[in-house]
Amino acid sequence: MQSDDLKSLVEAALPAIAAADAGALEELRVSLLGKNGNVTLLLKSLGGMDPDARKQAGAEINLVKTQITDALLARKTVLDAASLDAKLAAERIDVTAPPRPDSTDAIHPISRTMEELAAIFAPMGFAIAEGPDIETDWNNFSALNIPAHHPARAMMDTFYLQAPEGQRPPVLRTHTSPVQIRTMLDWAKAHGLAENAPPIRIVVPGRTFRADHDATHSPMFHQCEGLVIGEGIHLGHLKGVLNDMLRAYFGVPELPVRLRASYFPFTEPSMEVDIGWSRKTGEIGGGTDWLEIGGSGMVHPNVLANCGIDPRRFQGFAFGMGLERITMLKHGINDLRLFYESDVRWLRHYGVSPLSPASLHEGL
Amino acid sequence: MKFSLSWLKSWLQTDASLDQILATLNKIGLEVEGVENKAEALKPFVIAEVIEAVQHPNADRLRACRVNAGGAELSVVCGAPNARTGLKVVFAPAGAVVPASGMVLKVGEIRGVKSEGMLTSFRELGLGEEHDGIIELPADAPVGENYAQWAGLDEPVVEISITPNRGDALSIRGIARDLAAAGLGTLKEFSPAPIKGEGASAIQWANEFPEAAPWVLGRTISGVKNGPSPDWLVKRLESIGLRPINALVDITNFFTYDLGRPLHVFDVKKINGRVLTLRRGQEGDTFPGLAGKEVTAGAEDCVIADGSGAQSLAGITGGEGTGCDEGTTEVFIECALFDHVRIARTGQRTGIFSDARARFERGIDSQLLPAGLDAASAMVMAICGGSASEISEAGARPAWTRQASLRFERLRSFGGSGIAAADAVASLQRLGFGVVAQDAQRVTVAVPSWRNDVAQPPSLDQAPGLPGGTEAALGAAEIEPEVDLIEEVLRLQGLDAIAPVSLRADTLLPAPILTPKQSRTYLARRVLAMRGLLECVTFSFADAAICALFGDAPESLRLANPIAADLNQMRPTALVTLAQAAARNLARGQADFGLFETGPSYAADLSQALVAAGLRVGGTPLSALTPARPFDAMDAKADAMAVLAALGVPMEAVTTQPGGPSYYHPGQSGALMQGPKTVLARFGTLHPTVTKALDLPANAIAFEIFLDAIPEPKRRKKSAPSLPAFQPLRRDFAFLVDESVGAEAVLRAAKGAERNLVTHAVLFDRYQGKGVPEGKISLAIAVTLQPAEKSLTDAEIEAVCAKIVADVAKKTGATLRG
Repeated sequence: MQSDDLKSLVEAALPAIAAADAGALEELRVSLLGKNGNVTLLLKSLGGMDPDARKQAGAEINLVKTQITDALLARKTVLDAASLDAKLAAERIDVTAPPRPDSTDAIHPISRTMEELAAIFAPMGFAIAEGPDIETDWNNFSALNIPAHHPARAMMDTFYLQAPEGQRPPVLRTHTSPVQIRTMLDWAKAHGLAENAPPIRIVVPGRTFRADHDATHSPMFHQCEGLVIGEGIHLGHLKGVLNDMLRAYFGVPELPVRLRASYFPFTEPSMEVDIGWSRKTGEIGGGTDWLEIGGSGMVHPNVLANCGIDPRRFQGFAFGMGLERITMLKHGINDLRLFYESDVRWLRHYGVSPLSPASLHEGL
Repeated sequence: MKFSLSWLKSWLQTDASLDQILATLNKIGLEVEGVENKAEALKPFVIAEVIEAVQHPNADRLRACRVNAGGAELSVVCGAPNARTGLKVVFAPAGAVVPASGMVLKVGEIRGVKSEGMLTSFRELGLGEEHDGIIELPADAPVGENYAQWAGLDEPVVEISITPNRGDALSIRGIARDLAAAGLGTLKEFSPAPIKGEGASAIQWANEFPEAAPWVLGRTISGVKNGPSPDWLVKRLESIGLRPINALVDITNFFTYDLGRPLHVFDVKKINGRVLTLRRGQEGDTFPGLAGKEVTAGAEDCVIADGSGAQSLAGITGGEGTGCDEGTTEVFIECALFDHVRIARTGQRTGIFSDARARFERGIDSQLLPAGLDAASAMVMAICGGSASEISEAGARPAWTRQASLRFERLRSFGGSGIAAADAVASLQRLGFGVVAQDAQRVTVAVPSWRNDVAQPPSLDQAPGLPGGTEAALGAAEIEPEVDLIEEVLRLQGLDAIAPVSLRADTLLPAPILTPKQSRTYLARRVLAMRGLLECVTFSFADAAICALFGDAPESLRLANPIAADLNQMRPTALVTLAQAAARNLARGQADFGLFETGPSYAADLSQALVAAGLRVGGTPLSALTPARPFDAMDAKADAMAVLAALGVPMEAVTTQPGGPSYYHPGQSGALMQGPKTVLARFGTLHPTVTKALDLPANAIAFEIFLDAIPEPKRRKKSAPSLPAFQPLRRDFAFLVDESVGAEAVLRAAKGAERNLVTHAVLFDRYQGKGVPEGKISLAIAVTLQPAEKSLTDAEIEAVCAKIVADVAKKTGATLRG
C-alpha cells in the first residue's frame, strides 16, 4: 500500500461524505469503515508487514481513519440538524389561532360589594349577622318603635304574606333592621343584667323588599346595616365609622362625609348620610355637591328597651345604606333594574373575576 | 310641604338669602326637595281678553276666538268649552314653550282658521291638575301684563319633605320658628284678638266619642257673602299649587298651611238639624267626600253627623253635602282636636290622603284651638262679612304639662358634641322650650304644645320574658325625653362640629368577620364563577304558576299584595327565577351560558334555606380544537361536586342517589348524599314539562347545592400523608353488570376490596351493544394499586385482582367480561 493510494482514498471519500444524504452516508461508512470497508481492510493488511513498515503505514492509515470518522460525524451532525429542522417545520401549528376556550365567568357586583364591606368592617371588629327575609311584624316594625298606626309604615310599602288564622301577617322585611332586633334579643337573653357584657358590633348585608317598582325602585333590593351597642358609644363614633367605611369603600381618602338631621322611628337623633360628589361628572369626592347615600342615628331608647336592654347603661348607633346605590356610584352603573335582569352581557360587563381579591391589603 | 318665600317671610323677620335659608333647612332636618320659580318658565305667558268666541266653522269641538293680548288683535283656535266672549285668560304667543308638555307653539291653521297662540289651562302651565278648561281670570286682570308676575308666581317656591315626627313643621309658621331657632331671623308674634261673638252658635256640638275627639270648638258666622277669594289669598294658595275654590274654603286651606291648623266649614243651611254629633261610624255612614269619592265610615272611625247621618270623616275629609259654596250665607267653622292614632288608623284604612289627615296624624298643637278659631273667624268676617256667634265647645282643653331634663354632660357622652351648656339652653329656648329649672349639671324645660314628638308618653312593645325587661322600660322612660332634647340641640347647633372617632377592634388582628358558613358561601360563588357560570341576583318572588312547575307554590308563601301578578309567590327554589332569566337571555339571542345564584329558597313553613343553584343551557363553547358538545346532566353533577369538594366535603364518602324532585328528568338526575339522609346537592336535566313551559332547550341542566346542609369541616390537623417509594401499578377490568347497577357501586366495591392497596378506581368505558347481552352493560375500570411497604410479587398482584373481582361480583352481581 502506497501513500498515494491512501491519499487518493481520502480525496475520493471526503467530498463524497460531504455531499452524502443520510442513506449515502451510511453506505459510505460501511464501505470505508465497515467490516470489509476499505480502511478496515487496510488496517487488517498491516499484519503482514515488517515492524518498521507496519509502524509507519499504521500511523498513516489511522490518520486516514480519523479523518474519515470525523468527516462522517460532521456530516451526520449536519444531516441530523437539517432533519430535525424539517421535522419541526412539518410540526408547525397555527399559534395565532385561539386556544381551547377558557370558561371562567364572573361574580355579581352586589356580591362583590358585600365582600368589600366585609373586608372594610373586619378591622373595626364587626361580625356579619344575618336574618330571614320573611319576618314577623314585631321584628320588622313594632320592636323598631314603629307601631301599627305610625305614618312611617305607610312610607315603607310593605309586602305581606297571607296571615295565619288570628295572627298578624308575616312581612317581607322592608329593611335589614330586624336583624338588629334579633341580635339585641339574643344578646339580652345571654347577658341580661350581667356586668361586663361584651359590646355588639354587627353589619348586616341582605335582601330587602318594598312594593315599589320603577326606574329607580326595585321590589327587591339590598341593604347593609350596621349596629354598635356598648357603654360609652356616642355619635362621634358613628361619624368615625361612616367616615372610615365610606372612604375605604370609594377609595377616596379625603371623601367628605356629612350627617344631616332627619327622622327614623328607630333612631334618635336620626341623620341622613351624605357624601361629597360632583353632580356634573359623577365623580365621588369631587365637586361641591352632596349626595344622600344612607341613614343613621343613635339607637332609640325604646328600641333598646323593647329588646330588654337598659338605655341608661347601654347606648349605640345604627346605620344603613342601599348596596345597589353604593355599587352604582362606585362603578358608574346607571340602571338599577339591570342588577336583577340577569342579562349575561351586563353580568360579564360589570361582574368581577372570582380571582380578584376583595381585601384591604391587596386593595379594593 | 311647599311654601313661597313671601309666605315664609310673613312669619320670619330675616335678611337671610334664599341660599342661606335652603342650607339651613337641610341642616336642621327639613330636607329641601326642590326650589322653583314658576315665573321663569311662564315668562311669555300674558293676560289677555277674549274679544269674541264663536263656534269654529269646521269643527264641532273647537272655538274660534279673537283675542286681545295687549297688541294687535289675534286669532286663536281653542278646544276649551269655557272659552267665551269677554273672558280674561292666560295667553301663550307663538314661540312660547308649554311647561307641562315642552311643546313649542307655532303660528298655524287649524281646520282653515288661523291660530296665533294658545289659551292655557292650569295643567298646561304646570300649576295644577285642573284641565277642565282654560284658566278664568278675574274681570279686572290687566290685559297684556305678565301673568306670572300678576299672579304672584314670580318668587321662589320651596318644597321640603317633612318627616313623620314633625307635625309642627307642616305649617309655614312652624318652619319659620325652626329657622329662627337656627339663627336665621326672628319669629313674628301670633296673637289674634279674641272674638267674643254674639249669641249662641246656631250649630252645637254633641260629643259621643271623646276618646277620638277630646276637644272640639266651633262657631257660626251668619250673614256671610261667599265668593272668590281676594287676590292676596288666591296668590298665596296658587303659589304652593293649591286651587282656590271659594273664600270660605280657601280660608280653611290657608290656615291648614299657615298655622298647621286644619279647619272645616259647614254650610249651616245644609245641616239637617241644629246639632253636629261626633260619634263612631255606623252601618250606612256613607257620603260623598269633598274629593268626589264615596266615603264609608266604620265603627273605629270618628264621624261628624247631622240629623240625616254622617257628613264628615273627622280629621280626614268633609262631605260634599254640607260643604260651602257661592250660595252659603251662614257658615259653621269646625276647629277640633282629634286623637292622632285614630286618625292615622282611619287614614290607613280608607286610603284617603288629605292635608288635614297629614297634620292630625302627626299631632297638632292642642293648645292652639281657640286662637286658630278666632284667627279664622276674623278672616272670614274680613273677607265675607257677617257676624260671629259664641263658641260651641265639647270636651275640654287637654292638659299639657310635658317636661324634659337634659344633663349637660350627655351632650358629649351621648352626642359626641362639645356644645356649651348655655348654647344648648339658648337653642331650646328659641324653639319655645321654657326653662323650668337649671343648675350647672342639668336643665329642665317645659315642652311647647306644638312639639308632640318631644317627651312623648312611653310606648314600648317589649319582647316578653326578658331578664332585664323591667329595668329597660324604666330606663327608656328616663332617657327618651333627654335624647329628644339632645336631638333638638344637635340639629340646630350643627352636626358638622361633632368630631369623628374611629372604632377599632379589641386587638390589632381582628377575628374573622365571616362565619364559616358565610365564607363557604363566598367560596362556592368563586368556584362556580371559575367553572364558567355567571352569578345572578334574581327576585325572591315569582309567578305562582311557574313556582308550581318547580314543585310547590303553597298558600303560605303567597304574597297578599304582590306588586305584579307574576311576582306573587315566594320561590321554592332559585331555579324558578334562574330558569326565567335563562329564557330571557335565550330570547335575546344568547346561547351557551351558565347562570347561578347563591340565594334563598323558601319553604311552606316560612323557613328559608341558602342554596347555590345553577343552570346551564347550550353546550361547551365552539372551538377548532375541541368539538363543542351540548351540556348534559353530568356537567351539572360536575359543578355540584366541584363546589362540595372545594367546601371540604370528604368526597369519597359522598354517594349518588338516582332521581330527584319532579322538576328534574327522572332518568337524568340525582342527589349527592352524605350518609343515608343528608342531601348535599341535586343535579340533573330539567324535566321536559319545565323546559317546554319556559321555552328552554330540552337539555337545560341544573343543580342545587344546599349550603346549610353541608357540615362544617372539622378543624383538625391532617395526618401525615403516605408517600410510598414504590411504583404504583394499574390494572384494568371489564365487568358485565345489570344495566340497573350504577357505576358508583362497581367503583366503590373495587376500591373497598383492598383499602390499603387500592388508591383509585376510575371508570373509563361503558359499552352496550354487540357482544354484551341484552339488559347488561360493560363497565371498564382502571384500578391503581399503591404498595406501601414493599413491591408486590406477581402472586400478590394476582391475589388482589382476584379479590377485586370477587368483591365487585358480590356487591353488584357483576361478572368479569371474558
